[in-house]
Amino acid sequence: MKRWLIWVPFVAFAGVLWLVATELAQPADRVVRSALIGKRLPVFTLPPSVAGKPGLDSKSLATGEPRLLNVFASWCVPCIAEAPQLLALQRAGVKIDAIAIRDTPANIERFLARHGDPYERIGDDRVSSVQLALGSSGVPETFVIDGKGRIVKQHVGDIRADEVAGLIADVRAAR
Amino acid sequence: MRWLALLLALTAAPALADSNLPPARYANAQLADPGKEAEAKALMETLRCLVCQGQSIADSDADMASDMRALVRQRIERGESADQVRDWLVDRYGDYVSYDPQLSPLTAPLWLAPLALIGVGLLVARASFKRRRRG
Repeated sequence: MKRWLIWVPFVAFAGVLWLVATELAQPADRVVRSALIGKRLPVFTLPPSVAGKPGLDSKSLATGEPRLLNVFASWCVPCIAEAPQLLALQRAGVKIDAIAIRDTPANIERFLARHGDPYERIGDDRVSSVQLALGSSGVPETFVIDGKGRIVKQHVGDIRADEVAGLIADVRAAR
Repeated sequence: MRWLALLLALTAAPALADSNLPPARYANAQLADPGKEAEAKALMETLRCLVCQGQSIADSDADMASDMRALVRQRIERGESADQVRDWLVDRYGDYVSYDPQLSPLTAPLWLAPLALIGVGLLVARASFKRRRRG
């Protein structure tokens, strides 16, 4: 039996210790990202969610012009925090469509009246079916869609004020 | 005053980030065919709730988990196999959504490590038995 072999368990243990220590030092990334980034939008059709605004289907998201697809809900608190940033994006000329998750027309109308309405179209997704088809794991999320209907980028969580410029650049780059 | 505070604390409802909409059809209702329901239930127990992350969608009360249960039951009822439904979700969320890792180059260590460890154990056992017989 070779003498050095006796050190193998010790070295293995030290390795495990090192792994645990380094993983403890950096908090784990718990964000679930869509696996569809770089791929085409799944085919879907959603009925209109509020009166006076069309619903949303995947075909109308491939019109040659890049757009943002915002997944939101009136019951979602971070969506309120995000509202001013979406309005700023709209003012910058970015076209924004939305999918309302598990929501009612009355609640969405109240939400838009209170926090502003940056949306051209809002699709009504009562059972999160399109959200699941998109690989989205919560609200709010924002997808950058290029002119061919391909998902270029996914922004998970509310858009902060310092992220608006980056999103405008992403939309321009998707042209 | 203290009693009032206690009463308030006991009756306070947590501010959940959930909608007040009723659950989807089949979120909490079983399929009529017991065989298909069993298949759907088995699949649900191996799918991760993406909101609560530590739970399966069969165990979770989150809105999104109930919508995922409805999706699983609808697709199984339509005649899809459990593996097809799992693949559909993995295509969208990656392997993370499944608690039942499929064999792939990335997950191969998970499957092969136990076999390798048993092999090492057998070698160590054989070496030590040999030594004892001689001694």
